Amino acid sequence: MTVALRTRAASRVGPTAAVVLVGLVPLAFLAVFFGWPVAAIVARGVVADGTLDLSGFTEVLARERTWEVVGRTLAQASAGTALAVLLGMPGAYVLYRCRFPGRGAVRAFVTVPFVLPTVVVGVAFRGLLVEGGWWGFLGLDGTFTAVVAALVFFNYCVVVRTVGALWSRLDPRAEQAARALGASPLRAFWSVTLPSLAPAIASAASIVFLFCATAFGTVLVLGGPGYGTVETEIYQQTVTFLDLRTAAVLSVLQLLVVTGCLLAAAVSRRRRESALRLQSESTVDHRLRRGDLPAMAVTVAVVLGLLVAPLVSLVAGSLRTADGWGWGNYTALSTTGSHDALEATVWEAALNSVRIAVDATLIAVTIGVLICIVCSRRPRRPAARRTLSAFDALFMLPLGVSAVTVGFGFLLTLNRPPLDLRSSVVLIPIAQAVVAIPLVIRTLLPVLRAIDERQREVAGVLGAGPARVFAAVDLPVLGRSLGLAVGFAFAVSLGEFGATSFLSQPDRPTLPVVIVRLIGRPGVDNLGMALAASVVLAATTVVVIGLAERFRIQTAGADL
Amino acid sequence: MTGPQGLGVRDLSVTFGQTQAVDHVSLDVAPGEVVALLGPSGCGKSSLLRAVAGLEPTRAGAVSWDGDDLADVPVHRRGFGLMFQDGQLFAHRDAAGNVEFGLRMAGLAKPERRRRVGELLELVGLDGQGRRSVATMSGGEQQRVALARALAPRPRLLLLDEPLSSLDRALRERLTGDLHRILRRTGTTALYVTHDHDEAFAMAHRVAVMAAGRLLQVAEPRQIWQRPADESVARFLGYRWFVGVRALRAAGADVDAADDATVALRADSLRLSAGGPLKAVVLDASFSRGGTTLRVDVEGLGELEARAFGATELAPDAVVALSLEPEVALLPGAV
Repeated sequence: MTVALRTRAASRVGPTAAVVLVGLVPLAFLAVFFGWPVAAIVARGVVADGTLDLSGFTEVLARERTWEVVGRTLAQASAGTALAVLLGMPGAYVLYRCRFPGRGAVRAFVTVPFVLPTVVVGVAFRGLLVEGGWWGFLGLDGTFTAVVAALVFFNYCVVVRTVGALWSRLDPRAEQAARALGASPLRAFWSVTLPSLAPAIASAASIVFLFCATAFGTVLVLGGPGYGTVETEIYQQTVTFLDLRTAAVLSVLQLLVVTGCLLAAAVSRRRRESALRLQSESTVDHRLRRGDLPAMAVTVAVVLGLLVAPLVSLVAGSLRTADGWGWGNYTALSTTGSHDALEATVWEAALNSVRIAVDATLIAVTIGVLICIVCSRRPRRPAARRTLSAFDALFMLPLGVSAVTVGFGFLLTLNRPPLDLRSSVVLIPIAQAVVAIPLVIRTLLPVLRAIDERQREVAGVLGAGPARVFAAVDLPVLGRSLGLAVGFAFAVSLGEFGATSFLSQPDRPTLPVVIVRLIGRPGVDNLGMALAASVVLAATTVVVIGLAERFRIQTAGADL
Repeated sequence: MTGPQGLGVRDLSVTFGQTQAVDHVSLDVAPGEVVALLGPSGCGKSSLLRAVAGLEPTRAGAVSWDGDDLADVPVHRRGFGLMFQDGQLFAHRDAAGNVEFGLRMAGLAKPERRRRVGELLELVGLDGQGRRSVATMSGGEQQRVALARALAPRPRLLLLDEPLSSLDRALRERLTGDLHRILRRTGTTALYVTHDHDEAFAMAHRVAVMAAGRLLQVAEPRQIWQRPADESVARFLGYRWFVGVRALRAAGADVDAADDATVALRADSLRLSAGGPLKAVVLDASFSRGGTTLRVDVEGLGELEARAFGATELAPDAVVALSLEPEVALLPGAV
């Protein structure tokens, strides 16, 4: 009887048993390295001396500082999101609906800030806004405005690319019909185009809000003394005040914010996917017209003023030493800074970063690929389908969790028995992998899901067993996108700061950790070194992503 | 039981949640026979085909080959071939690579594989084009490659799921002829799903008409066409008017049938002919496919349609004579 049952199950193209086995590995990984730490955070917040105790919550929530921090986090995220959308809409129009020479280069350039490590973004704006910087006269150093500007810099391309991707394929005939019925261009945009774009705008806005609310490196570098958001406050409470309970309560608050954002993003994504009438891109765009001038002007201003200026100022600043222009800051990277600001040289930290990134990439891609394989199965039995969608939801959980929460959770759980990884070389790579896995999944899963199930059926009928079906149908597709996933994972890990800041050891720092330490120390030399190190980190990241992009194939759905 | 009996489907049911897609269907396909499953979209014919392939879990009933139950035989060991409406070619392999796939799975040696691929490409009219990327091929060429791929491992049974439906009309008609010739020449046993009765009649030894998950009638094409089992089969084939034999005789027509039978009529059943026995008044005339379609009021029968050939000018209110086609479609009993 059992034999008959097993072969019956095997008559599906997707072999249930094998899929379950493949799924167990990532399940176990995420249970230990995500579920446990998060559970420990929650437990730390609500359990004291082995009993349920909510006094920690009431106590933390009664503090004025808590509400100040929560209020600033929400205000910062709201302002960043609103500005990114307002400035990003003309950008999406100009870069995806208009045709002009150099459009491809500009499109590629606006993506650069998004892939830059958050610490580098912070340093670039700091260099622009400090006294003596190009925009130092504005007196914005350490202010709310400075942080919001950096967040818009970072997230501008999320809006441009998400909205632009939909806009470029929107059937223009709906708008033309409205014009023929007597609507002015503005009226036609307002009543026809904008509602069609709404799902993409909502989707982009919820993602940007999530990034702004969980921004850590940028805020830590740019915010002045006393400037705190939930993320930086968790870090300060843990590292400076050793108040783990307050940090835990704040982490739980942060988890709630993140979950809310993810739900909003999921709902709007589903609405976006319930397809509008879409065209292939080339039929829709037009050459620049006079009416496009306002949008063009806004976009030029944003690209030059907000995106180009900080980057140019960063590079310029890194070449500026006490004795004028020169490579001094770069040669100083082989030292530990003035007044021995560091315990290792910057190049040693860079080498350490690369080593960690290699390990983290290996872990993230392995686990990510396994998750994608499981989640792209489409079993025909209702019971198997239900199990799989539960799996799917489970794997998506870490998708938006903040890196700080990961780092803090690791600190609570993996730094002590039964699993003491404190001095282990895999601790930081694992933490960075947890942060990078969602990106790997977002890169690979849409590609695997786009495979028509009947491809697998045809291969099966032609005599291929489950393993050979996978090799013949899934593997070639997976292989072509793997380069991109590897690149993303490597870049994320290289620039990762939130989780690493909790776990890094002074004598073995990573590049972002070193940059933050340098910028926190007095001395023009140290600032110059921080700028030079940021340029090195930024250049490496951009090159890695650029190489990975070459492996990219056209996929529907993977818009970031 | 042993010996070549081909495909046996016994009392098969497939359900999707509350929907009964296939409802206790029994059907045999003898070796070398082509059976067409004909029915409107959503009638369950594709589900039946997929259940035979082993791709769809069955609720009840059995699928057998030469008397052996296939319940425990997984998809890839059934030795069947499958061809979809849109080819589903492997995009990362060229035409020859697609055709070769099943042969590799069967473990054939390379020289033999190459010989067989050449043979198959020639059979479908694509000789010498094996190195072409399938992405550069037209829809018709892609379907030819899909057919070659399905036939290459010499499947015991070929399952075709609307193989020509995505092609335009002219191409479809040409490929219908080619496919018929290829299936006959190779002696392939096949189950052919389609919603197009011209395609089914052209292709199949026997036609199984399906609706709402059940088989309504299984018979040879001519039999189905002239003796539809009931009104719903007749309507699906395009018969639109049903007239009692007695009424037809009273109107003047000569019908060779039992008194209580019913005659099924479509526009082509009534022809304009000078000495015809039926009298009618023309209500309306419109040109269609090489003739004229007339809406007529037939004396004693009411409003029907008739066809006229040749350059006849027919104005409304003209009085005309009509004759009935020699072999009319008959339904048993009154409708």
